[in-house]
Amino acid sequence: MIEFRSVSKQFPDGTRAVDDFSITIPSRKTTVFVGSSGCGKTTLLRMINRMVDPSSGSIEIDGENISAVEPVHLRRGIGYVMQNSGLLPHRKVIDNVATVPLLNGVPRKQAHADALDLLDRVGLDRSLANRYPSQLSGGQQQRVGVARGLAVNPNILLMDEPFGAVDPIVRSDLQQETIRLQRDLDKTVVFVTHDIDEAFLLGDQVVILQKGAKIAQQGTPEEILANPVNDFVASFIGADRGKRRLTVDANIAASGDDLLLVDAGGYAAGVISAPGGRLAVGNPSPKSRSISNKTDQAGDA
Amino acid sequence: MNIFFEGLAWVFDPAHYGGVDGIDTRILEHLRISLISLLIAAVIAVPLGYFIGHTGRGRTLAVAVSGGVRALPTLGLTIILALTLGIGLEAPIIAFVVLAIPSILAGAYAGFEAVDRRTIDAARAVGMTEWQIAGKVEIPLGLPLLMGGLRSASLQVIATATLADYVGGGGLGHFIFLGLQTNDYPQMLAGSIIVVALALLSEAIFSVLERLVVPAGVKSRAPTTVRTKSSRSRAVVG
Repeated sequence: MIEFRSVSKQFPDGTRAVDDFSITIPSRKTTVFVGSSGCGKTTLLRMINRMVDPSSGSIEIDGENISAVEPVHLRRGIGYVMQNSGLLPHRKVIDNVATVPLLNGVPRKQAHADALDLLDRVGLDRSLANRYPSQLSGGQQQRVGVARGLAVNPNILLMDEPFGAVDPIVRSDLQQETIRLQRDLDKTVVFVTHDIDEAFLLGDQVVILQKGAKIAQQGTPEEILANPVNDFVASFIGADRGKRRLTVDANIAASGDDLLLVDAGGYAAGVISAPGGRLAVGNPSPKSRSISNKTDQAGDA
Repeated sequence: MNIFFEGLAWVFDPAHYGGVDGIDTRILEHLRISLISLLIAAVIAVPLGYFIGHTGRGRTLAVAVSGGVRALPTLGLTIILALTLGIGLEAPIIAFVVLAIPSILAGAYAGFEAVDRRTIDAARAVGMTEWQIAGKVEIPLGLPLLMGGLRSASLQVIATATLADYVGGGGLGHFIFLGLQTNDYPQMLAGSIIVVALALLSEAIFSVLERLVVPAGVKSRAPTTVRTKSSRSRAVVG
Protein backbone atom coordinates (compact mmCIF):
# COMPACT_ATOMS: atom_id res chain seq x y z
CA MET A 1 0.00 0.00 0.00
CA ILE A 2 1.29 3.43 -0.94
CA GLU A 3 -0.03 6.43 0.92
CA PHE A 4 0.34 10.08 -0.04
CA ARG A 5 -0.38 12.43 2.86
CA SER A 6 -0.91 16.12 2.05
CA VAL A 7 1.95 16.03 -0.42
CA SER A 8 2.97 19.26 -2.15
CA LYS A 9 5.78 19.94 -4.55
CA GLN A 10 7.06 23.32 -5.56
CA PHE A 11 9.91 23.35 -8.03
CA PRO A 12 12.76 25.87 -7.63
CA ASP A 13 11.38 27.90 -10.55
CA GLY A 14 8.19 28.46 -8.57
CA THR A 15 5.96 25.97 -10.41
CA ARG A 16 3.57 24.30 -8.02
CA ALA A 17 3.28 20.88 -9.63
CA VAL A 18 1.48 19.18 -6.76
CA ASP A 19 -0.72 20.89 -4.21
CA ASP A 20 -1.87 19.13 -1.03
CA PHE A 21 -2.34 15.71 -2.59
CA SER A 22 -3.55 12.75 -0.57
CA ILE A 23 -4.41 9.27 -1.79
CA THR A 24 -4.18 5.63 -0.83
CA ILE A 25 -2.93 3.30 -3.53
CA PRO A 26 -4.03 -0.26 -2.73
CA SER A 27 -1.63 -3.19 -3.01
CA ARG A 28 -1.83 -5.67 -5.87
CA LYS A 29 -4.07 -3.41 -7.92
CA THR A 30 -3.44 -1.13 -10.83
CA THR A 31 -3.92 2.54 -10.07
CA VAL A 32 -3.86 4.89 -13.03
CA PHE A 33 -3.12 8.61 -12.79
CA VAL A 34 -4.65 10.23 -15.82
CA GLY A 35 -4.66 13.88 -16.85
CA SER A 36 -3.46 16.33 -19.44
CA SER A 37 0.19 17.29 -19.89
CA GLY A 38 1.54 19.31 -17.01
CA CYS A 39 -1.08 18.21 -14.49
CA GLY A 40 1.64 16.82 -12.22
CA LYS A 41 0.93 13.13 -12.74
CA THR A 42 4.52 12.22 -13.60
CA THR A 43 5.76 14.22 -10.63
CA LEU A 44 3.47 12.15 -8.39
CA LEU A 45 4.85 8.93 -9.85
CA ARG A 46 8.45 10.03 -9.47
CA MET A 47 7.86 10.86 -5.82
CA ILE A 48 7.22 7.19 -5.09
CA ASN A 49 10.83 6.24 -5.90
CA ARG A 50 12.25 9.53 -4.67
CA MET A 51 13.28 10.77 -8.11
CA VAL A 52 11.44 13.84 -6.84
CA ASP A 53 11.21 14.68 -3.14
CA PRO A 54 8.07 16.43 -1.91
CA SER A 55 8.36 19.97 -0.55
CA SER A 56 5.93 19.07 2.19
CA GLY A 57 3.80 16.15 3.26
CA SER A 58 4.83 12.52 3.46
CA ILE A 59 4.67 9.33 1.43
CA GLU A 60 4.53 5.92 3.04
CA ILE A 61 5.02 2.51 1.51
CA ASP A 62 3.51 -0.20 3.69
CA GLY A 63 3.57 2.18 6.62
CA GLU A 64 7.21 3.18 6.22
CA ASN A 65 7.97 6.82 5.48
CA ILE A 66 10.14 6.76 2.36
CA SER A 67 11.94 10.00 3.18
CA ALA A 68 13.92 7.90 5.65
CA VAL A 69 14.90 5.35 3.01
CA GLU A 70 18.09 5.90 1.06
CA PRO A 71 17.01 6.74 -2.54
CA VAL A 72 19.30 4.25 -4.32
CA HIS A 73 18.15 1.44 -2.03
CA LEU A 74 14.50 2.43 -2.49
CA ARG A 75 14.77 2.60 -6.28
CA ARG A 76 16.39 -0.82 -6.55
CA GLY A 77 13.31 -2.29 -4.91
CA ILE A 78 10.81 -0.60 -7.22
CA GLY A 79 10.36 -1.38 -10.91
CA TYR A 80 10.36 1.64 -13.20
CA VAL A 81 9.29 1.71 -16.83
CA MET A 82 9.52 4.95 -18.75
CA GLN A 83 8.24 6.25 -22.05
CA ASN A 84 11.33 5.89 -24.21
CA SER A 85 12.34 2.62 -22.59
CA GLY A 86 15.43 4.37 -21.16
CA LEU A 87 17.61 1.41 -22.06
CA LEU A 88 21.37 1.77 -22.00
CA PRO A 89 22.31 2.01 -25.70
CA HIS A 90 25.76 0.48 -25.21
CA ARG A 91 24.54 -2.65 -23.47
CA LYS A 92 22.96 -5.75 -24.93
CA VAL A 93 19.31 -6.50 -24.21
CA ILE A 94 20.22 -9.17 -21.70
CA ASP A 95 22.56 -6.86 -19.79
CA ASN A 96 19.94 -4.14 -19.78
CA VAL A 97 17.41 -6.51 -18.24
CA ALA A 98 19.98 -7.70 -15.72
CA THR A 99 21.17 -4.17 -14.83
CA VAL A 100 19.82 -3.97 -11.30
CA PRO A 101 20.47 -7.59 -10.23
CA LEU A 102 24.07 -7.13 -11.41
CA LEU A 103 24.34 -3.93 -9.37
CA ASN A 104 23.00 -5.85 -6.40
CA GLY A 105 25.80 -8.38 -6.77
CA VAL A 106 23.86 -11.30 -8.25
CA PRO A 107 26.40 -13.53 -10.08
CA ARG A 108 26.48 -12.80 -13.80
CA LYS A 109 25.45 -16.29 -14.86
CA GLN A 110 22.45 -16.32 -12.55
CA ALA A 111 21.42 -12.79 -13.55
CA HIS A 112 21.57 -13.69 -17.23
CA ALA A 113 19.55 -16.87 -16.74
CA ASP A 114 16.90 -14.87 -14.89
CA ALA A 115 16.95 -12.23 -17.62
CA LEU A 116 16.22 -14.85 -20.27
CA ASP A 117 13.21 -16.03 -18.26
CA LEU A 118 12.02 -12.43 -18.07
CA LEU A 119 12.27 -12.08 -21.84
CA ASP A 120 9.92 -15.06 -22.12
CA ARG A 121 7.61 -13.47 -19.63
CA VAL A 122 7.26 -10.22 -21.55
CA GLY A 123 6.81 -12.06 -24.84
CA LEU A 124 10.21 -11.49 -26.41
CA ASP A 125 12.14 -14.14 -28.25
CA ARG A 126 15.35 -15.22 -26.52
CA SER A 127 17.25 -14.69 -29.78
CA LEU A 128 16.97 -10.94 -29.12
CA ALA A 129 19.04 -11.22 -25.93
CA ASN A 130 22.31 -10.37 -27.64
CA ARG A 131 20.98 -7.47 -29.69
CA TYR A 132 21.52 -3.86 -28.79
CA PRO A 133 18.49 -1.64 -28.06
CA SER A 134 18.99 0.30 -31.30
CA GLN A 135 18.44 -2.93 -33.23
CA LEU A 136 14.95 -3.41 -31.78
CA SER A 137 11.62 -1.89 -32.73
CA GLY A 138 9.98 0.61 -30.40
CA GLY A 139 7.55 -2.00 -29.10
CA GLN A 140 10.32 -4.50 -28.45
CA GLN A 141 12.32 -1.86 -26.59
CA GLN A 142 9.31 -1.16 -24.37
CA ARG A 143 9.03 -4.86 -23.59
CA VAL A 144 12.70 -4.92 -22.62
CA GLY A 145 11.99 -1.89 -20.43
CA VAL A 146 9.18 -3.81 -18.71
CA ALA A 147 11.43 -6.85 -18.28
CA ARG A 148 14.07 -4.64 -16.66
CA GLY A 149 11.42 -3.19 -14.37
CA LEU A 150 10.49 -6.70 -13.25
CA ALA A 151 14.07 -7.93 -12.84
CA VAL A 152 14.31 -7.49 -9.09
CA ASN A 153 10.83 -8.96 -8.61
CA PRO A 154 9.57 -5.73 -7.08
CA ASN A 155 6.26 -5.39 -5.27
CA ILE A 156 5.70 -2.05 -6.91
CA LEU A 157 5.94 -1.28 -10.60
CA LEU A 158 5.87 2.34 -11.74
CA MET A 159 4.98 2.96 -15.36
CA ASP A 160 5.34 6.45 -16.78
CA GLU A 161 3.42 6.67 -20.07
CA PRO A 162 5.20 3.51 -21.16
CA PHE A 163 3.20 3.07 -24.36
CA GLY A 164 3.01 6.71 -25.40
CA ALA A 165 5.58 6.47 -28.17
CA VAL A 166 4.53 3.29 -29.98
CA ASP A 167 1.99 2.88 -32.73
CA PRO A 168 -1.64 2.06 -31.82
CA ILE A 169 -1.51 -1.64 -32.74
CA VAL A 170 1.65 -2.28 -30.74
CA ARG A 171 0.23 -0.17 -27.91
CA SER A 172 -2.85 -2.33 -27.78
CA ASP A 173 -0.68 -5.47 -27.62
CA LEU A 174 1.42 -4.00 -24.84
CA GLN A 175 -1.70 -3.03 -22.90
CA GLN A 176 -3.02 -6.58 -23.09
CA GLU A 177 0.40 -7.80 -22.02
CA THR A 178 0.38 -5.47 -19.03
CA ILE A 179 -3.01 -6.77 -17.97
CA ARG A 180 -1.79 -10.33 -18.27
CA LEU A 181 1.41 -9.60 -16.32
CA GLN A 182 -0.55 -7.87 -13.58
CA ARG A 183 -2.90 -10.87 -13.37
CA ASP A 184 0.01 -13.34 -13.24
CA LEU A 185 2.40 -11.42 -11.01
CA ASP A 186 0.06 -9.58 -8.67
CA LYS A 187 2.10 -6.38 -8.47
CA THR A 188 1.06 -2.99 -7.21
CA VAL A 189 1.12 -1.05 -10.46
CA VAL A 190 1.04 2.72 -10.61
CA PHE A 191 0.48 3.81 -14.18
CA VAL A 192 0.58 7.31 -15.63
CA THR A 193 -1.10 8.19 -18.92
CA HIS A 194 -2.94 10.98 -20.66
CA ASP A 195 -5.11 8.50 -22.55
CA ILE A 196 -8.45 7.95 -20.80
CA ASP A 197 -9.16 4.78 -22.78
CA GLU A 198 -5.87 3.32 -21.60
CA ALA A 199 -6.72 4.37 -18.05
CA PHE A 200 -10.13 2.68 -18.15
CA LEU A 201 -8.67 -0.44 -19.73
CA LEU A 202 -5.83 -0.93 -17.27
CA GLY A 203 -7.00 0.67 -14.06
CA ASP A 204 -8.68 -0.99 -11.10
CA GLN A 205 -8.63 2.48 -9.65
CA VAL A 206 -8.55 5.52 -11.92
CA VAL A 207 -7.55 8.95 -10.63
CA ILE A 208 -8.41 11.85 -12.91
CA LEU A 209 -6.16 14.81 -12.23
CA GLN A 210 -6.45 18.50 -12.95
CA LYS A 211 -3.66 21.06 -12.92
CA GLY A 212 -1.65 20.99 -9.70
CA ALA A 213 -2.43 17.28 -9.31
CA LYS A 214 -5.85 18.16 -7.90
CA ILE A 215 -8.03 15.06 -7.89
CA ALA A 216 -11.09 15.68 -10.07
CA GLN A 217 -12.48 12.23 -9.48
CA GLN A 218 -11.23 8.91 -8.25
CA GLY A 219 -12.88 5.52 -8.50
CA THR A 220 -13.32 2.44 -10.64
CA PRO A 221 -13.84 3.03 -14.37
CA GLU A 222 -17.48 2.04 -13.91
CA GLU A 223 -18.07 4.54 -11.11
CA ILE A 224 -16.48 7.35 -13.07
CA LEU A 225 -18.24 6.60 -16.34
CA ALA A 226 -21.63 6.16 -14.64
CA ASN A 227 -21.37 9.25 -12.45
CA PRO A 228 -18.91 11.87 -13.59
CA VAL A 229 -18.79 14.36 -10.73
CA ASN A 230 -18.52 17.47 -12.85
CA ASP A 231 -18.30 18.84 -16.37
CA PHE A 232 -14.51 18.59 -16.40
CA VAL A 233 -14.60 14.85 -15.77
CA ALA A 234 -17.53 14.33 -18.13
CA SER A 235 -15.70 16.10 -20.89
CA PHE A 236 -12.35 14.46 -20.08
CA ILE A 237 -13.75 10.94 -20.24
CA GLY A 238 -15.81 11.84 -23.28
CA ALA A 239 -19.09 10.69 -21.71
CA ASP A 240 -20.99 13.03 -23.97
CA ARG A 241 -19.39 12.16 -27.26
CA GLY A 242 -17.90 9.56 -29.53
CA LYS A 243 -18.00 5.90 -28.59
CA ARG A 244 -19.18 6.53 -25.04
CA ARG A 245 -22.54 8.14 -25.87
CA LEU A 246 -24.72 5.46 -27.40
CA THR A 247 -28.27 5.82 -28.68
CA VAL A 248 -30.77 3.20 -29.75
CA ASP A 249 -31.53 3.58 -33.43
CA ALA A 250 -35.28 3.07 -33.83
CA ASN A 251 -35.25 3.29 -37.60
CA ILE A 252 -33.46 0.06 -38.34
CA ALA A 253 -34.89 -3.20 -37.12
CA ALA A 254 -32.40 -5.68 -35.74
CA SER A 255 -33.09 -9.40 -35.55
CA GLY A 256 -34.98 -10.93 -32.62
CA ASP A 257 -35.10 -8.88 -29.48
CA ASP A 258 -32.06 -6.85 -30.39
CA LEU A 259 -31.96 -3.11 -30.95
CA LEU A 260 -29.22 -1.34 -32.86
CA LEU A 261 -26.98 1.08 -30.95
CA VAL A 262 -25.25 3.98 -32.67
CA ASP A 263 -22.50 6.20 -31.27
CA ALA A 264 -22.48 9.99 -31.12
CA GLY A 265 -21.16 10.13 -34.66
CA GLY A 266 -24.12 8.15 -35.93
CA TYR A 267 -22.08 5.03 -36.63
CA ALA A 268 -23.29 1.56 -35.68
CA ALA A 269 -21.62 0.56 -32.43
CA GLY A 270 -23.35 -2.68 -31.44
CA VAL A 271 -26.63 -4.21 -30.44
CA ILE A 272 -28.47 -4.50 -27.16
CA SER A 273 -31.03 -7.06 -26.24
CA ALA A 274 -34.52 -5.67 -25.52
CA PRO A 275 -37.09 -8.41 -24.98
CA GLY A 276 -40.61 -7.04 -25.31
CA GLY A 277 -39.35 -3.59 -26.14
CA ARG A 278 -37.65 -3.10 -22.76
CA LEU A 279 -33.88 -2.90 -22.49
CA ALA A 280 -32.37 -5.88 -20.77
CA VAL A 281 -30.88 -4.90 -17.43
CA GLY A 282 -28.84 -7.47 -15.64
CA ASN A 283 -25.42 -8.47 -14.42
CA PRO A 284 -22.85 -8.27 -17.17
CA SER A 285 -20.40 -11.11 -17.69
CA PRO A 286 -17.41 -11.11 -15.37
CA LYS A 287 -14.59 -8.88 -16.58
CA SER A 288 -12.37 -10.32 -19.20
CA ARG A 289 -10.11 -7.92 -21.05
CA SER A 290 -9.38 -10.37 -23.78
CA ILE A 291 -12.78 -10.34 -25.45
CA SER A 292 -12.50 -10.25 -29.18
CA ASN A 293 -14.85 -9.47 -31.99
CA LYS A 294 -13.18 -11.97 -34.23
CA THR A 295 -15.29 -14.98 -35.19
CA ASP A 296 -13.69 -18.34 -34.73
CA GLN A 297 -11.98 -19.54 -37.82
CA ALA A 298 -13.17 -22.78 -39.34
CA GLY A 299 -11.39 -25.67 -37.68
CA ASP A 300 -10.45 -23.54 -34.70
CA ALA A 301 -12.90 -25.24 -32.41
CA MET B 1 60.96 22.90 -54.62
CA ASN B 2 64.69 22.38 -54.64
CA ILE B 3 65.08 23.24 -51.00
CA PHE B 4 62.26 20.90 -50.11
CA PHE B 5 64.19 17.99 -51.64
CA GLU B 6 67.31 19.12 -49.84
CA GLY B 7 65.30 19.00 -46.64
CA LEU B 8 64.04 15.51 -47.43
CA ALA B 9 67.55 14.42 -48.28
CA TRP B 10 68.67 15.76 -44.92
CA VAL B 11 66.01 13.65 -43.20
CA PHE B 12 67.12 10.48 -44.93
CA ASP B 13 70.88 11.07 -44.67
CA PRO B 14 72.19 8.18 -42.51
CA ALA B 15 74.85 10.49 -41.13
CA HIS B 16 72.14 12.36 -39.23
CA TYR B 17 71.11 9.36 -37.16
CA GLY B 18 72.52 8.07 -33.90
CA GLY B 19 74.17 9.98 -31.08
CA VAL B 20 72.87 12.87 -28.96
CA ASP B 21 71.96 14.96 -31.96
CA GLY B 22 70.63 12.15 -34.15
CA ILE B 23 67.19 12.47 -35.70
CA ASP B 24 66.08 9.29 -33.91
CA THR B 25 67.17 10.64 -30.53
CA ARG B 26 65.42 13.94 -31.16
CA ILE B 27 62.22 12.23 -32.30
CA LEU B 28 62.13 10.19 -29.10
CA GLU B 29 62.78 13.34 -27.07
CA HIS B 30 60.03 15.15 -28.90
CA LEU B 31 57.56 12.33 -28.36
CA ARG B 32 58.52 12.05 -24.72
CA ILE B 33 57.91 15.75 -24.11
CA SER B 34 54.59 15.60 -25.96
CA LEU B 35 53.41 12.46 -24.20
CA ILE B 36 54.35 13.71 -20.72
CA SER B 37 52.54 17.00 -21.39
CA LEU B 38 49.46 15.19 -22.69
CA LEU B 39 49.37 12.81 -19.75
CA ILE B 40 49.65 15.58 -17.18
CA ALA B 41 47.00 17.61 -19.01
CA ALA B 42 44.70 14.56 -19.16
CA VAL B 43 45.14 13.81 -15.47
CA ILE B 44 44.02 17.36 -14.71
CA ALA B 45 41.41 17.92 -17.41
CA VAL B 46 39.58 14.58 -17.62
CA PRO B 47 38.35 14.38 -14.01
CA LEU B 48 37.56 18.08 -14.04
CA GLY B 49 35.67 17.77 -17.33
CA TYR B 50 33.77 14.73 -16.04
CA PHE B 51 32.82 16.63 -12.91
CA ILE B 52 31.53 19.54 -14.98
CA GLY B 53 29.71 17.23 -17.39
CA HIS B 54 28.07 15.14 -14.67
CA THR B 55 26.98 17.93 -12.37
CA GLY B 56 26.52 20.69 -14.94
CA ARG B 57 28.30 22.96 -12.46
CA GLY B 58 31.12 25.29 -13.42
CA ARG B 59 30.49 24.95 -17.13
CA THR B 60 30.35 28.69 -17.84
CA LEU B 61 33.54 29.23 -15.87
CA ALA B 62 35.29 26.36 -17.65
CA VAL B 63 34.31 27.70 -21.07
CA ALA B 64 35.50 31.20 -20.19
CA VAL B 65 38.79 30.05 -18.66
CA SER B 66 39.66 27.61 -21.41
CA GLY B 67 38.78 30.24 -24.00
CA GLY B 68 41.15 32.65 -22.29
CA VAL B 69 43.88 30.04 -21.92
CA ARG B 70 43.64 29.17 -25.60
CA ALA B 71 44.57 32.77 -26.37
CA LEU B 72 47.82 32.53 -24.38
CA PRO B 73 50.83 32.47 -26.71
CA THR B 74 52.73 29.32 -25.85
CA LEU B 75 56.12 30.79 -26.81
CA GLY B 76 55.61 33.74 -24.48
CA LEU B 77 54.45 31.48 -21.68
CA THR B 78 57.43 29.16 -22.19
CA ILE B 79 59.89 32.04 -21.96
CA ILE B 80 58.26 33.59 -18.90
CA LEU B 81 58.20 30.23 -17.15
CA ALA B 82 61.80 29.52 -18.16
CA LEU B 83 62.88 32.84 -16.66
CA THR B 84 61.33 31.75 -13.39
CA LEU B 85 62.08 28.03 -13.42
CA GLY B 86 65.32 28.10 -15.36
CA ILE B 87 66.43 26.37 -18.51
CA GLY B 88 65.21 22.81 -19.03
CA LEU B 89 62.09 20.74 -19.48
CA GLU B 90 59.83 22.08 -16.71
CA ALA B 91 58.94 25.37 -18.32
CA PRO B 92 58.00 24.05 -21.78
CA ILE B 93 56.09 21.10 -20.33
CA ILE B 94 53.98 23.39 -18.15
CA ALA B 95 53.31 25.57 -21.17
CA PHE B 96 52.25 22.55 -23.26
CA VAL B 97 50.01 21.29 -20.47
CA VAL B 98 48.29 24.66 -20.47
CA LEU B 99 47.98 24.37 -24.24
CA ALA B 100 46.46 20.88 -24.09
CA ILE B 101 44.00 21.32 -21.21
CA PRO B 102 41.22 23.27 -23.02
CA SER B 103 40.74 20.66 -25.77
CA ILE B 104 40.77 17.71 -23.37
CA LEU B 105 38.50 19.49 -20.92
CA ALA B 106 36.01 20.29 -23.66
CA GLY B 107 36.14 16.70 -24.95
CA ALA B 108 35.50 15.32 -21.47
CA TYR B 109 32.51 17.44 -20.57
CA ALA B 110 31.06 17.44 -24.07
CA GLY B 111 31.20 13.64 -23.95
CA PHE B 112 29.13 13.59 -20.77
CA GLU B 113 26.73 16.24 -21.99
CA ALA B 114 26.11 14.39 -25.25
CA VAL B 115 24.58 11.42 -23.41
CA ASP B 116 20.78 11.41 -23.74
CA ARG B 117 19.29 12.88 -20.55
CA ARG B 118 16.58 10.24 -20.60
CA THR B 119 19.19 7.47 -20.51
CA ILE B 120 20.78 9.03 -17.43
CA ASP B 121 17.39 9.62 -15.83
CA ALA B 122 16.49 5.97 -16.37
CA ALA B 123 19.83 4.80 -14.98
CA ARG B 124 19.17 6.86 -11.85
CA ALA B 125 15.56 5.67 -11.60
CA VAL B 126 16.51 1.98 -11.61
CA GLY B 127 18.89 2.62 -8.72
CA MET B 128 22.36 3.44 -9.99
CA THR B 129 24.47 5.59 -7.69
CA GLU B 130 25.94 8.80 -9.13
CA TRP B 131 29.34 7.06 -9.40
CA GLN B 132 27.76 4.15 -11.25
CA ILE B 133 25.98 6.54 -13.63
CA ALA B 134 29.31 8.20 -14.38
CA GLY B 135 31.28 4.96 -14.63
CA LYS B 136 28.81 2.69 -16.41
CA VAL B 137 26.85 5.14 -18.54
CA GLU B 138 28.51 8.51 -19.06
CA ILE B 139 32.15 7.44 -19.42
CA PRO B 140 31.59 4.68 -22.00
CA LEU B 141 29.12 6.76 -24.00
CA GLY B 142 31.31 9.86 -23.79
CA LEU B 143 34.59 8.18 -24.81
CA PRO B 144 34.42 9.08 -28.52
CA LEU B 145 34.18 12.80 -27.76
CA LEU B 146 36.93 12.56 -25.15
CA MET B 147 39.13 10.88 -27.78
CA GLY B 148 38.32 13.77 -30.10
CA GLY B 149 39.56 16.19 -27.44
CA LEU B 150 42.74 14.17 -26.90
CA ARG B 151 43.23 14.06 -30.64
CA SER B 152 43.28 17.81 -31.09
CA ALA B 153 45.33 18.29 -27.91
CA SER B 154 47.90 15.80 -29.17
CA LEU B 155 48.10 17.52 -32.55
CA GLN B 156 48.60 20.93 -30.94
CA VAL B 157 51.22 19.69 -28.49
CA ILE B 158 53.26 17.78 -31.08
CA ALA B 159 53.25 20.80 -33.38
CA THR B 160 54.13 23.21 -30.59
CA ALA B 161 56.67 21.04 -28.77
CA THR B 162 59.34 22.42 -31.14
CA LEU B 163 59.42 25.40 -28.78
CA ALA B 164 60.92 23.26 -26.01
CA ASP B 165 64.37 23.53 -27.50
CA TYR B 166 64.16 27.33 -27.40
CA VAL B 167 64.75 27.09 -23.67
CA GLY B 168 67.04 24.09 -23.87
CA GLY B 169 64.40 21.37 -23.60
CA GLY B 170 65.47 19.39 -26.67
CA GLY B 171 63.21 17.69 -29.19
CA LEU B 172 62.83 18.31 -32.91
CA GLY B 173 62.89 22.07 -32.36
CA HIS B 174 66.64 21.60 -32.06
CA PHE B 175 67.03 21.21 -35.86
CA ILE B 176 64.78 24.18 -36.56
CA PHE B 177 66.47 26.60 -34.17
CA LEU B 178 69.97 25.40 -35.08
CA GLY B 179 69.16 25.63 -38.78
CA LEU B 180 67.81 29.13 -38.28
CA GLN B 181 70.94 30.29 -36.47
CA THR B 182 73.35 28.78 -38.97
CA ASN B 183 71.32 29.56 -42.11
CA ASP B 184 71.13 25.80 -42.69
CA TYR B 185 67.73 25.79 -44.35
CA PRO B 186 67.69 22.09 -45.32
CA GLN B 187 68.21 21.18 -41.66
CA MET B 188 65.45 23.59 -40.60
CA LEU B 189 63.14 22.13 -43.18
CA ALA B 190 64.07 18.59 -42.16
CA GLY B 191 63.00 19.35 -38.59
CA SER B 192 59.71 20.75 -39.82
CA ILE B 193 59.03 17.79 -42.10
CA ILE B 194 59.50 15.34 -39.26
CA VAL B 195 57.20 17.35 -36.98
CA VAL B 196 54.55 17.37 -39.69
CA ALA B 197 54.95 13.63 -40.14
CA LEU B 198 54.57 13.03 -36.40
CA ALA B 199 51.46 15.22 -36.30
CA LEU B 200 49.91 13.28 -39.16
CA LEU B 201 50.80 10.01 -37.45
CA SER B 202 49.09 11.20 -34.27
CA GLU B 203 45.99 12.12 -36.27
CA ALA B 204 45.94 8.68 -37.87
CA ILE B 205 46.32 6.87 -34.54
CA PHE B 206 43.66 8.91 -32.80
CA SER B 207 41.18 8.63 -35.65
CA VAL B 208 41.43 4.86 -35.35
CA LEU B 209 41.12 5.08 -31.55
CA GLU B 210 38.11 7.35 -31.85
CA ARG B 211 36.35 4.75 -33.93
CA LEU B 212 37.41 1.89 -31.66
CA VAL B 213 35.94 3.42 -28.52
CA VAL B 214 32.46 3.95 -29.97
CA PRO B 215 30.35 1.53 -27.88
CA ALA B 216 29.01 -1.40 -29.87
CA GLY B 217 25.30 -0.65 -29.50
CA VAL B 218 25.81 2.94 -30.55
CA LYS B 219 27.76 1.98 -33.66
CA SER B 220 24.92 -0.08 -35.05
CA ARG B 221 22.31 2.65 -35.19
CA ALA B 222 20.38 0.97 -37.95
CA PRO B 223 19.15 -2.59 -37.61
CA THR B 224 21.69 -4.82 -39.28
CA THR B 225 19.95 -8.12 -38.82
CA VAL B 226 16.57 -9.15 -40.06
CA ARG B 227 13.94 -9.75 -37.43
CA THR B 228 13.47 -13.44 -37.00
CA LYS B 229 10.21 -13.30 -35.11
CA SER B 230 7.39 -10.83 -34.79
CA SER B 231 7.42 -8.86 -31.59
CA ARG B 232 3.69 -9.39 -31.32
CA SER B 233 3.64 -13.14 -31.63
CA ARG B 234 2.86 -13.78 -28.00
CA ALA B 235 1.06 -10.62 -27.13
CA VAL B 236 -2.56 -11.58 -26.85
CA VAL B 237 -3.45 -14.44 -24.62
CA GLY B 238 -6.88 -15.96 -24.26
